[in-house]
Amino acid sequence: MLKAKTHTGLVFFPAYDWAISATHPEREERLLYTQDQISEEGLLDVEGIDEFKAGVVDIEDVQRVHFCVPDARSVMTESHFISAGGAKTIGKAKMDGLVDRGFALVRPPGHHAMRVVHGGRGFCNVNNEAIMIEYLRKAYGIDRVAIIDTDCHHGDGTQDIYWHDPDTLFISMHQDGRTLFPGTGFNNETGGPTAAGTTLNIPLPPYTSEEGFLTVLEKAVLPILQEFKPDLIVNSAGQDNHFTDPLTNMNFSAKGYADLTARLKPDIAVLEGGYSIESALPYVNVGLILAMAGMDYSHVVEPEYSAERLRQGPSITATIEKTCQQVIDTWNDRQNIRIRMQENVIYAERNNTVFYDTDGFYETQHETLQVCRECSGVLKIDSSVERKMRVLAVHIPRKACENCRKTGYQWFEKTDMGPYDMILLQDRPEDQYRVRKQ
Amino acid sequence: MIIGLDVGGTHTDVVLVGENGLERRIKVPTDTSALFDAVFSGLEHITRDIDISQISHAVLSTTLTTNAIVQDKLPAVGMIVTCGPGIDPEYFRTCEQYYRVAGAMDHSGRQIVKLDEKAVEDAASRMREAGIEYVGVVGKFSIRNPTHEKRIREIISPMFEKVFLGHNVSGNFSFPRRITTAFLNASVYPLHKRFFEAVRQSLDKKGIQIPIYILKADGGTMDFETSIDFPGQSILSGPAASVMGSIGFAADDQETIVLDIGGTTTDMAVLINGVPVLAPYGIEIAEHKTLIRALHSYSVGLGGDSTVRVEHGHLFIGPDRTGPAMAYGGPEPTPTDALFVLGKAQNGDREKAEKGIEAIAQLLGISTAEAARRIFDQTCREILDSARQMVSLINSRPVYTVREALHGHRIKPTRLLVLGGPAPMFAENFTAISDYQVSVVPHWDVANAVGTALSRTTCEVTLFADTYKLEASAPEEMFVQALKPGFTMADATEMATELLEKKALREGASSGDLVTDVTEALEFNMVRDFRMIGKNIRIKVQVRPGLIGQYEKIIAQIKKQSRNGETPC
Repeated sequence: MLKAKTHTGLVFFPAYDWAISATHPEREERLLYTQDQISEEGLLDVEGIDEFKAGVVDIEDVQRVHFCVPDARSVMTESHFISAGGAKTIGKAKMDGLVDRGFALVRPPGHHAMRVVHGGRGFCNVNNEAIMIEYLRKAYGIDRVAIIDTDCHHGDGTQDIYWHDPDTLFISMHQDGRTLFPGTGFNNETGGPTAAGTTLNIPLPPYTSEEGFLTVLEKAVLPILQEFKPDLIVNSAGQDNHFTDPLTNMNFSAKGYADLTARLKPDIAVLEGGYSIESALPYVNVGLILAMAGMDYSHVVEPEYSAERLRQGPSITATIEKTCQQVIDTWNDRQNIRIRMQENVIYAERNNTVFYDTDGFYETQHETLQVCRECSGVLKIDSSVERKMRVLAVHIPRKACENCRKTGYQWFEKTDMGPYDMILLQDRPEDQYRVRKQ
Repeated sequence: MIIGLDVGGTHTDVVLVGENGLERRIKVPTDTSALFDAVFSGLEHITRDIDISQISHAVLSTTLTTNAIVQDKLPAVGMIVTCGPGIDPEYFRTCEQYYRVAGAMDHSGRQIVKLDEKAVEDAASRMREAGIEYVGVVGKFSIRNPTHEKRIREIISPMFEKVFLGHNVSGNFSFPRRITTAFLNASVYPLHKRFFEAVRQSLDKKGIQIPIYILKADGGTMDFETSIDFPGQSILSGPAASVMGSIGFAADDQETIVLDIGGTTTDMAVLINGVPVLAPYGIEIAEHKTLIRALHSYSVGLGGDSTVRVEHGHLFIGPDRTGPAMAYGGPEPTPTDALFVLGKAQNGDREKAEKGIEAIAQLLGISTAEAARRIFDQTCREILDSARQMVSLINSRPVYTVREALHGHRIKPTRLLVLGGPAPMFAENFTAISDYQVSVVPHWDVANAVGTALSRTTCEVTLFADTYKLEASAPEEMFVQALKPGFTMADATEMATELLEKKALREGASSGDLVTDVTEALEFNMVRDFRMIGKNIRIKVQVRPGLIGQYEKIIAQIKKQSRNGETPC
């Protein structure tokens, strides 16, 4: 009889009645052949693999992470509530000890959704992983979390949410931003002054294959994880590095994804992108589930696979090794980087322009962090979309000191409403979300 | 009139139902080692002095194939499975003569590995040498493209008595379950065929020439001829018999839990508006998980003969049975003995029952009467707890659409229908300790046989349509048809329903009983290179498990008989 070595939970939510539009890659058909393959392989009958019904997230779960403008119901569809709910279900199953590991095979994805949400970008509206993680932090008291993003696109949304959080390690490996949406994720993006070094980016040259991905894992990701000592490892498991993906230019394979998963040993994996719906997803997901469950995946081979044809060139290997070394250097030097960034700075400010490709508009942000030595610092984001909305969003972090909490409330209560449609507050220590309107 | 016969673990129940309701009923003891005698003598007794021409048909539910599987008394059979990428099918080995040969289809039915015909021939000759006569042939994704399975049959069928193909046994996904299902069909085939041919011949000799139907695990029937090709469907028909026996008495606008209280176990199921809930994949028996369609039934080790014991000051009931109640000469106290002490049961040795319960009472430090009450109460409460658990299991089945996830129906049964030997005593207590509206199925002790008699012929058809390839196929039906452009979901529904009706009539349904449902209808835009190229349509239709057309009249009569306290002998 087949038996899982590691008790593994699955949430499968293919949203067979939801699409961004009829011919959009994020459409009803996306996980159809994947479900066929998983059912046909009989994975759900394996002893030690349990399927759970996807739950639904509450507005409070979303507000713990996002400032949705004008509100959550306006920027989310029903499917977003269930997709994030699926991640939450699997997170709870893991924390309740029902399973040792879990995989949420859900759509739509979420890793391009930032802290402030005006609409959809990169097929994402809300960040499934962040919503799950912040729920688990609140409900189960976990602290240190590592998110390893293996989607081919830079996980810029997750990066934005955890830019100032030293307790969340975010490592994204992805196709070089000079060649792919969203055009970010370079290795000089390493986090804010109180959290530098816990955001790490590993841009990879086009046509990187198994060898390259596994090098990144062995030389950079695993050593850093070992030092960071997370309570929970979350994998943003995008599958668009596959050699057949229509939107990207990489040469990764089903077996490669399975190898990576088997070595990374994530507690929870959440599906992100991946749009080669017939040639990649069915095989990648079977490989991933088997790897999560500690089972033999050596026979999972997609029909078009050829190790010979997909092998990466020597210059790619050299580039990747160099990038890994830079990432390790940044990690090792993170305390010094933080000291340098904090020197003589009371308020650290940055300007961002965010493009919402799905909905077709730009958001401009001016972000201000009160640099603090007691905590990661209170944050405010002045965010506006031309001819639409302007909001001021105040985030008091989970472990805020008394002084930063006070500043947060001052910003929220005393700022002149004049130019703003709304002023919003996330008070994480009190787990509260508040709104001031004209 | 119709004969219903249900072989149970201890008794075989036989009834004759007709316009006057329950015309005749018999209980004969079941001797598992002489099953044929139970069936034949049951049929002979029930028809004695009856004008055979008045009997339209007989429906039989036996434990023949079920017992053979549970007791592992199956003949050696052979399996050929095709083998490509994915989980190694060696993990799904069902028997010694199990051969993997190269050959594979992908999820869309495209050949990805050519069939190794030489390996098929080698496997066949080795099976021949081993004396194998019955073979199962299964390929991964054969329901999307059965070419390899059919080719293998072509090669090997001259060498074997019967070959079962995976894509014929079910239209559902799951390669391992398809392997198991084909294997079980091949394994029970000779037993099933021999047994029912013998029944047929013996009845013919006696001049009892009536059509024979076999009850299936989904609560439907199939005619004898069909059962020869799908003998696996007769496995685990027992729980279905009792559910079908209660359907006629369930309200058609309520959700009902059916509880069949037996000696060893209580079997439970759920009816939604009078229609039984089906199991998501198929029956599971011993270590076998199958694609054999079945009612969702749930069995707990709590019954009238469950062993009662005290451990560390706590009272435990079941899940084992060591023998009959002490009142009937058994070794250990049971809930039935508690009923004797409480004066609710008669016709047994009350003194012995009291002695058993007294021992329990002493261990608990309470009076014998108090102990009896606690045993009975706890048995009832544990049964209800299990029923609630079953309901929550059904409600937590995963769903795959936004509509079902947010607006899907959650069942919340308000009624209990109780049958089985001690039904009236239990029903009384269920009423006292719960908010359910409780009723006892009339003729509770033979209701299973009544259900068997009144069940209609059911079947299922799965149809795949691809408007890009312009092809529709129904794997179980060996149906492939070219499509015209513009084929829609409505066309697919019509095509599937037509196939279903033909199949049902072929398998013994009468045309008045074709109540059909669409149980699944999925339609996907297929987009390649950002261009819509066609639709992928999947539809499942079924003849809904239920009772035959005449049932209302018969049930009305049975209700009347039961009100008047008439019991035919």
